[in-house]
Amino acid sequence: MRLIEWIDARFPLSKLVNAHLSEYYAPKNFNFWYFFGSLALLILVLQIVTGIFLTMHYKPDAELAFASVEYIMRDVEWGWLIRYLHSTGASAFFIVIYLHMFRGLIYGSYKEPRELVWIFGMLIYLALMAEAFMGYLLPWGQMSYWGAQVITSLFGAIPYIGEGLALWIRGDFVVADATLNRFFAFHVIAVPLVLVGLVGAHIMALHEVGSNNPDGVEIKKTKDKQGLPLDGIAFHPYYSVKDLVGIIVFLFIFSIILFYMPEFGGWFLEKDNFIPANPLQTPEHIVPVWYFTPFYAILRAVPDKLFGVMAMGGAIVVLFLIPWLDRSPVKSIRYRGPLFKIALTVFIISFLTLGYLGTQPATGLYTLLAQIFSILYFAFFFLMPIYTSLDKDKPVPDRVT
Amino acid sequence: MKMSKFAVIFALLFSCFVQQPLFAASSQLQLDSVDIDLSDKASLQRGARTFMNYCLSCHSAAYMRYNRMGKDLGLTDEQVKESLMFASDKIGETMTIAMRSEDAKKWFGAVPPDLSVISRARGTDWLYTYFRSFYLDDSKIMGSNNLTFKDVGMPHVLWQKQGYLQKSDDGHLATASKGDMTVDEYDLMTRDLVNFLAYIGEPSKIQRLALGKWVLIYLALFFFVAYAMKKAFWEDIH
Repeated sequence: MRLIEWIDARFPLSKLVNAHLSEYYAPKNFNFWYFFGSLALLILVLQIVTGIFLTMHYKPDAELAFASVEYIMRDVEWGWLIRYLHSTGASAFFIVIYLHMFRGLIYGSYKEPRELVWIFGMLIYLALMAEAFMGYLLPWGQMSYWGAQVITSLFGAIPYIGEGLALWIRGDFVVADATLNRFFAFHVIAVPLVLVGLVGAHIMALHEVGSNNPDGVEIKKTKDKQGLPLDGIAFHPYYSVKDLVGIIVFLFIFSIILFYMPEFGGWFLEKDNFIPANPLQTPEHIVPVWYFTPFYAILRAVPDKLFGVMAMGGAIVVLFLIPWLDRSPVKSIRYRGPLFKIALTVFIISFLTLGYLGTQPATGLYTLLAQIFSILYFAFFFLMPIYTSLDKDKPVPDRVT
Repeated sequence: MKMSKFAVIFALLFSCFVQQPLFAASSQLQLDSVDIDLSDKASLQRGARTFMNYCLSCHSAAYMRYNRMGKDLGLTDEQVKESLMFASDKIGETMTIAMRSEDAKKWFGAVPPDLSVISRARGTDWLYTYFRSFYLDDSKIMGSNNLTFKDVGMPHVLWQKQGYLQKSDDGHLATASKGDMTVDEYDLMTRDLVNFLAYIGEPSKIQRLALGKWVLIYLALFFFVAYAMKKAFWEDIH
């Protein structure tokens, strides 16, 4: 205790711990969907720690990269475990983040006063996509190479500066050693720094306004004599012990995949990526990893390259605007009218279908379906101001249920 | 908090991914399925012998070390050196070959790929079918072609064992000349070879499977402790 006092006199240690854990009051009615925030943080730490160990053995060199990954898998003590933790962690990160974002959508967690929590979250999502995309180049397999080739060439679609920009990003006329080296730099230091900073901002913004909950009721409106929210409980110990249970269940499922099916049928580690990158041989189907496929499907649904890139970018940008597109005074789906429920269902179906279509060849019926579901995807956002203001919302209770 | 709901949603989410393999072999050919078993050391040893005698002169397995193989297959370093090491001198070396890639390109039209992770790139069924679908084709330089890998540069290396097959007009393969082995013996030999290729594709898979169950048992036990703790803390929350 003397040590704590010594530190507290010089650094606000207890103050910080109290503010964010033992005196941070969270609504007591969190359900299943509220596990994914702490799980995302857990995976971030996992990725950073395993990533540090991988960089000790990995060689960011076009001649050596593929072999160094196999070296990690065979000759480095526990290297296979570290590498599979990292590769499975990457997909798990996106699963958890998508579920976390879905939670935000159904309970209106992006609405006033949490717009910045949502914006920071979206920036994290963007940074995570950049992180995953550049990390995927590092094993230097065929899918690594050609995936990066396709995505970097998209910049070439921008009028006037496009070709020069793509060249500048790659550092060569095609994806090559220079590209691998710079992607390595971005993947292991630049983007992780941004990510950690954004996660800090995300949590600070959240703790400033307080957590939303499945009822969408502001717990700060009803306080007891001490000024503590009546429906709130301290994050620590209540949610720390509860999240621990969630973490164990998550780790159980994670371990089943890690130990028994780390390739996950080609979804987490693609078959073609066990063939070393060959700039002279294009694979039959270039398929991005599953977490990018909805956007890839939107890209290919548009016949024109430039408009395709714009549609793909737009599909991500519109997500930022949700707090202002949603005109309903009600947050939670529990008290929303039928229009929002229908729209959200159509949106989720569209997103999943686009994800599937992104893995299939862009031909005939598949392209037509991708076009239909791309329109439905955008309709969810562009029609939102209309259907949320027309909707017959139910009365919201004063206290959480 | 409903844990069952948690598990069900995850299970659903994952099952829809696993149901269909993402990258089915692009050829329309129906692949024969092969039943491999990494714990069958006798099979792996037989596969290693075939591999060292027939594959490891044109193909390398440059990420695989001899002594690691010996350890996993239950062989001493001396046994490996005597009966399996023809291409290298030192037991700690990887399985490289002497053929230069420029020469290989001249002779076969393409450099024979390294086989370290071929089982992970192609899949074991593909390899098993490939070894058993060479047929006579006069139009090719090597005199043979393959149903699974059209116009492959590789000759039918195992012809002495299998003999030669001929392709009929309806696309089926039938024996043209007999080899040393019966069909069943040849199928077993190729199965052992595929088993060995699967092993060198991921030698740590043996450890991975062995460790997995202990991790799951630990987490399952930890779950009960953590769940009881959560219950105790939450008793007074209504």
